Amino acid sequence: MLAVENLEVVYNDVVLVLRGVSLAVPDGKIVALLGTNGAGKTTTLRAITGLLDIHEGEVTKGEISFDGAQITEEDPSNRVRRGISQVMEGRRVFVEMTVEENLRAGAHTNRDGERVKEARERVMTLFPRLADRRQATAGYLSGGEQQMLAIGRALMQDPKLLILDEPSLGLAPLLVQEVRDIIVEINQQGTSVLLIEQNAKMALSIADYGYIMETGKVVMDGDPAKLLKDEDVKEFYLGLHATGEKKSFRDVKHYKRRKRWLS
Amino acid sequence: MTIGLVVLAQATADGNAFAQMLVDGISFGAIYALLAMGFVIIFKSTSVINFAHGALTGLGAFLIAAFATVLDFPGRYLTFLPEWAQWTVNVLTALVAAALFGILLERVFLRPMVGEALFAVAIVTLGVDIVVRTITNDWIGTQPRPLGAPWGLEVVDLGWVRIAWSEVIQILVTIILLGAIAFFLRSRTGVAMRATAFDQETARAQGVNVGRIFSVAWAIAAFLAGVAGLFYSIFPRRATGVDQATAFIAFRAFPAVIIGGLDSIPGAVVGGFAVGIAESAANTYLTFEFLGNGFPGIVGYLLMMVVLLIRPYGLLGTPEIRRV
Ligand SMILES: Nc1ncnc2c1ncn2[C@@H]1O[C@H](COP(=O)(O)OP(=O)(O)OP(=O)(O)O)[C@@H](O)[C@H]1O
Ligand SMILES: [Mg+2]
Repeated sequence: MLAVENLEVVYNDVVLVLRGVSLAVPDGKIVALLGTNGAGKTTTLRAITGLLDIHEGEVTKGEISFDGAQITEEDPSNRVRRGISQVMEGRRVFVEMTVEENLRAGAHTNRDGERVKEARERVMTLFPRLADRRQATAGYLSGGEQQMLAIGRALMQDPKLLILDEPSLGLAPLLVQEVRDIIVEINQQGTSVLLIEQNAKMALSIADYGYIMETGKVVMDGDPAKLLKDEDVKEFYLGLHATGEKKSFRDVKHYKRRKRWLS
Repeated sequence: MTIGLVVLAQATADGNAFAQMLVDGISFGAIYALLAMGFVIIFKSTSVINFAHGALTGLGAFLIAAFATVLDFPGRYLTFLPEWAQWTVNVLTALVAAALFGILLERVFLRPMVGEALFAVAIVTLGVDIVVRTITNDWIGTQPRPLGAPWGLEVVDLGWVRIAWSEVIQILVTIILLGAIAFFLRSRTGVAMRATAFDQETARAQGVNVGRIFSVAWAIAAFLAGVAGLFYSIFPRRATGVDQATAFIAFRAFPAVIIGGLDSIPGAVVGGFAVGIAESAANTYLTFEFLGNGFPGIVGYLLMMVVLLIRPYGLLGTPEIRRV
């Protein structure tokens, strides 16, 4: 369905951030894209959805195709129309608008009244809490509710592929569980998912396939069971959020490990 | 209610003068409100501080004069309609033309500036203002061009207050336009416009074609400026018609924008009426010789300074205007 091949992205004409990233999201699957801060996950997302230009970024090499069509240079709104929809890092809900208006903004490219209605039903069933607060100003929702709204908004265009950028960021463990279950449910309803995460444990627990990125490259990929068993992955990603002490210890060892991956 | 108003009016030292002052203020304020609203719509949705708003006003008024009195187009082909309806069709055609000019100006001069500093873009609009004003003035020529409003100089005399027919119509049209804008802001495109105004990147992530939103914003602003230009160029304002000075009306509307808050559409409306009424009050009550005839023209700025002292972001503006 989605295929990214040998993608190279440069910011400000000089900063080479992606150095030949390749990945694929097959129809109906959940694919996890993991990596630490600054690995280039969000940049990959921007390239796929066509939003590099505001960040002075540019695809300098490689190709992105969706359902067989070349979309590397396509206008972002056309890509949404094709069925690629995203939940951006940091939620980015329109806090000045109501919940309902946020959802309508999400349905912008969806001009088919019936489909919009179905999409809204689906969102309301997935997130009953949003249903109760449709007329509330989005800015007054809690962080977790805002994340739900961001996901709901992305579902309003009835996408074939949903890309989520760190949806678990800043959520309490219980809410992370909830988000995970919702992603599974969305996927079971027929939407393919590309899940970008630092929380590898969560992502790999539901993914059909996983990629691990480091400094602009995919350094490892495979099925989750294999990745979970890998010593490096265990060390860097699992329990990364455990305690501050452990985290800093890992940060020290990070450099050595990365070198090994790259060699 | 009406009786109450009459009593109130007569109870004031010179009740009739007070009521007259209010009517004038509201009708002038409506012109400012239309201009300020367009200005804010452009600023919010495209992040452009548009100093070419005066030029848009002059251009709109000129187009109305051209379509309604010079060309009589397309009214001349609609002979089955009464005269006032022909005139109205002409005016609407002119306003559509004005909106198209707005779209064109944005496309040619401002689209290439997307992403540049707010200040740099504002300077570009000053250039656009000069270009458009020069061309429009060339078209207008040295004589004022009448807009040919069918109700002419007719006045409704209620005894305690006199209202020109054009003022009645103006206030009705303004109310309709305010309603239309409020309705638009809740429509699909309106929601997309507000989304764009709030966070352009996220709006694009929803599939909003931001360039199209810019076009719509400029079209609306140019349309509203044209309507303001119309009411400014007929009785009881400048009954001779549109001339080379018409564009300067925008300078008297800028305080309305600041008073309301640069990024608030309701604020623009409140600011517009506030400035209109303040000017009218100054006109009625502050007739000291030493202040000169031009004094009402600066009342808006005085009011603006007072408001800014109390509320630095305007009455309804948001404290931090640019967030990233
Ligand atoms: N607009 C930009 N201009 C220049 N460099 C940028 C820009 N945006 C990101 N970068 C750089 O690109 C690299 C990858 O950033 P990116 O945001 O893609 O990482 P990420 O994997 O999403 O990280 P995180 O987990 O922190 O979100 C980083 O080194 C970052 O500093
Ligand atoms: Mg990121």
